[in-house]
Amino acid sequence: MMTTSTPPTRTDPQATASRAGSSGQVENRSSKTVELEARHLSRRVGQRILVQDVSVQASSGEIIAIVGPSGAGKSSFLRLLNRLDEPTSGTVLLRSEDYRSIRPQELRRRIGMVMQTAYLFPGTVSANIAFGPRQRGEVLAAGQIASLLERVGLPGFADRDVSHLSGGEAQRVALARTLANAPEVLLADEPTSALDEASVRGIEELILDIIQERQMTCVIVTHNRAQATRLAARTMVMEASRLIAIGPTREVLHNDD
Amino acid sequence: MMTELKNSIGSDVLMGLAQAIGAIALCAAVVLLCRWHAVRVEREAAVSLARGLVQMVLVGIVLALLLHGSLLVGSLILMMMTVAAANTAARRLKGMDGALLLCFWSIAAGAGTVIAAMLATESLRPEISMLVPVGSMIIANAMNSCAQAVERFRAEIIAHVGHIEAALSLGAEPAVSVAPYLQSAVYASLLPRLDMMKSLGLVWIPGVMAGMVVSGTSPVYAGIYQFIVVAMILAASGITGLVVTVLMRSRVFSTAAQLTLRPAEAARSKPERAE
Repeated sequence: MMTTSTPPTRTDPQATASRAGSSGQVENRSSKTVELEARHLSRRVGQRILVQDVSVQASSGEIIAIVGPSGAGKSSFLRLLNRLDEPTSGTVLLRSEDYRSIRPQELRRRIGMVMQTAYLFPGTVSANIAFGPRQRGEVLAAGQIASLLERVGLPGFADRDVSHLSGGEAQRVALARTLANAPEVLLADEPTSALDEASVRGIEELILDIIQERQMTCVIVTHNRAQATRLAARTMVMEASRLIAIGPTREVLHNDD
Repeated sequence: MMTELKNSIGSDVLMGLAQAIGAIALCAAVVLLCRWHAVRVEREAAVSLARGLVQMVLVGIVLALLLHGSLLVGSLILMMMTVAAANTAARRLKGMDGALLLCFWSIAAGAGTVIAAMLATESLRPEISMLVPVGSMIIANAMNSCAQAVERFRAEIIAHVGHIEAALSLGAEPAVSVAPYLQSAVYASLLPRLDMMKSLGLVWIPGVMAGMVVSGTSPVYAGIYQFIVVAMILAASGITGLVVTVLMRSRVFSTAAQLTLRPAEAARSKPERAE
């Protein structure tokens, strides 16, 4: 059973890490609002188990990293959280509401996702940023787009064609595009894995600042343990489709070594 | 019916057979020439020539029997052709549930609408001798359009899974997330028919016009009629391409707006080439 009674933060080295020895353990976190809760999530495709009985809670303003070897089920788990894939069993609660009762389009607006590759749509930066709100019939004003671009460190990029952006710039636009939807939760699937070191640090700082500023919840998949330490208060370790440990990042990663 | 068959076998058939023997002799000479250059196709050429002659004589006999049949018989023939066309086009969607029905309804919508419009405007007479040949041309082109559209749409989706899921992750409806790929697929399926229309009379004189001129129809009217047929082929292809991609779009997403056609799924159900 998880034992972290106080929500660990990046500056909370006293929090206790736990090994998730048996499946289906639910971590109890009481003092902050639970924004997102995965309950016994599993996904199986044919005979292949991608995610097995993973339960976790995440509070507002918190960043949780998911680490583990390739094929451990990290990205598969993340895709279940915004229902890009359907769980075979279990569910997700968003602010205590079962996500199956929320329209998928609205759910994905509220649980934004930044992928490993930016996947920008052909056209201008501003068209990409306006895409999400446009799906709900909202038109972003030029000032709002400029403000979002400034926030991600790309002032004056609104009219640029996305084909002329560097990898780091494209990933910043992808982040701004997701933020334009004003999500409550941000999922990030190895968002810096294709970037150079300078861009990696820039994106990391950006994510930290934005999560703190907007008090969002963030779940980030990373293969980079140093990145998990820099970003996340808590870390989940996945192996062979299961959650094997969760707790304060330094302790979890230390125990896992 | 036998009388019709007997009437259709006249001196021209005997002359045709004599001409066929001449054509076979020329082919045999080419086969010998190939053999002289160590290209051995004797057996294959003999089988192909024999099969070709027998098949065409049989088709002629069947047409001789059917061309004087009722309109109902003509409609049944077109229906069978549509089923065969759907079966061929559906091979591009092997592994997808309901692919045959999807292709059938698309081809039936495209070809059916156009044939009905031609009958209504009297550009096609409700006679089996007109209905079957013109209808078959329209169905065949609708089939090609259907196969090209589904193959392109499938390939575009597989190539753009990341972009589609990025759009879904931003709250887009499935239809919006694949809209550029649907447009591209429909355009690609129409392109050969558009080229056909552009080159009409310049690069090729289609069979219908050639046949009408040979049978004594005014060449100008034959040309105009050929244009009508090609325009109807274009219309049928457009309707088929649109209907099949819209129907296919609903099959590649789950009810929870999740993309279900992914590279792994596509590999498991690798499409066969349509003959």
